[in-house]
Amino acid sequence: MIDQGATSVLLMGGSAGSLPVLMDLFAAFPATSQAAVVLCLHTASRDSANLCSVLGDRSVMPVREATEHAPVAPGTIHVASGDYHLLIEQDKTFALSYDDPVHYSRPSIDVLFESAAEAFRDNALGVLLSGANQDGAAGLARIQALGGTVVVQTPASAQAPQMPSAALAVLTPDMAESPCELARYLRAWLISEGAQE
Amino acid sequence: MMDDMALEDAALDLFVSALRARHGYDFSGYAPASLKRRVQQLARDLQMPNIGSLIPRVLYEPQLMDDIVARLSVPVSDFFRDPEVFAALGREVLPVLASYPRLNIWHAGVAFGEEVYSMAIMLWEAGLMTRSQIYATDLNDRALEKAQEGIFSSDNLATYEDNYRAAGGTAQLADYYHARYDLIRMRRELLSSAVFAHHNLVTDGVFAETHLILCRNVMIYFSQPLKNRVLELFAGSLVRGGYLVLGNRENLHLSSAARYFETVSDNNRIYRLKRTRQ
Repeated sequence: MIDQGATSVLLMGGSAGSLPVLMDLFAAFPATSQAAVVLCLHTASRDSANLCSVLGDRSVMPVREATEHAPVAPGTIHVASGDYHLLIEQDKTFALSYDDPVHYSRPSIDVLFESAAEAFRDNALGVLLSGANQDGAAGLARIQALGGTVVVQTPASAQAPQMPSAALAVLTPDMAESPCELARYLRAWLISEGAQE
Repeated sequence: MMDDMALEDAALDLFVSALRARHGYDFSGYAPASLKRRVQQLARDLQMPNIGSLIPRVLYEPQLMDDIVARLSVPVSDFFRDPEVFAALGREVLPVLASYPRLNIWHAGVAFGEEVYSMAIMLWEAGLMTRSQIYATDLNDRALEKAQEGIFSSDNLATYEDNYRAAGGTAQLADYYHARYDLIRMRRELLSSAVFAHHNLVTDGVFAETHLILCRNVMIYFSQPLKNRVLELFAGSLVRGGYLVLGNRENLHLSSAARYFETVSDNNRIYRLKRTRQ
């Protein structure tokens, strides 16, 4: 198969209180980018099609459920399916797993971030948003250890501060910002990733 | 210079080779990202600092083998998991299968057996049990033993009961088990036509002509070439028009073996072997 995978990736993890933030961020995203966007959102719903349509409501960048063996395609927001872990292989295709939940979560942000960090290394940008548990901290740490960039929503600006706080307890991010600043930064990053190619 | 990550990947390859050379279990066709997570978890469970340290233990401690295979094939399921799939089976598949005088049903990758019992209940209620032969296979012998015992925790009974009803069950799930303390034991009659057997999809071949194969959330752990091979195996086992059921997030779209199958229900991942070979 011809490799249609992106060369860089924006990884996003969110839990309780992150949905409105995500919708604001997506509204700021450009229509196209050479980078791919991959989202792991904790949700009780297994109706991933509905989640994608809610998330895509204000986004000009297309939003799709990530499917197994498919390439991590640029200019697309790929969303992890409900009740399965989402991983990225070295060849930059998606893989799913039904292994035990991590931090009571499936999909788990750590599982996505850790595998993506190994596939994209210094071309990964990880963003951790509002949430009420510890998922994502280890994943961000792995992204940082392999040369990627890590960004955290400030706990003060998060509806549920535990998740960003847990990350800040184990690492110093490249940036900690409110959603408004995050939107500006991520938009610029997605556009500049296109210009670099 | 090899960095830590490259070293751990190299160790994973050696671990897989050692397992194959020493015991014949071949995990080389498994999707690497999730396999690596599992082997790293195995290392932690065995109090080893890294994947490389597992290699001598694989080679020189044969008594560990069952435990290692059990942990690498982590079996998880529920009774009537994804009830809409079972409802579709009852509505669209069993009425067609009822036209055969004898039915062979293969559960490939049976884990602890929740799905075998779920399907057996469906067959029972459809009046097809007496002419059905159920083959329940797995590469994990420990899981097979547990599946055959049919003893499960009662923790999630309320969910199972809901699932059973959503799947179109006509009685009560409680009719099919005996409860004792916090355990349930499935009624033995459900297994009257079931055979539990060791079968490894990676290395073993076709053993019976089948009318229905259920293989859910097993091939999500396989890389594409192995998945293609297993789908070929299923195509070789199914009668023309026989059914294949996959997990809810699996699909045939990117597989070279997709040409053998036609879609019965896209949402429920129910496929059918085409009547003419291409």
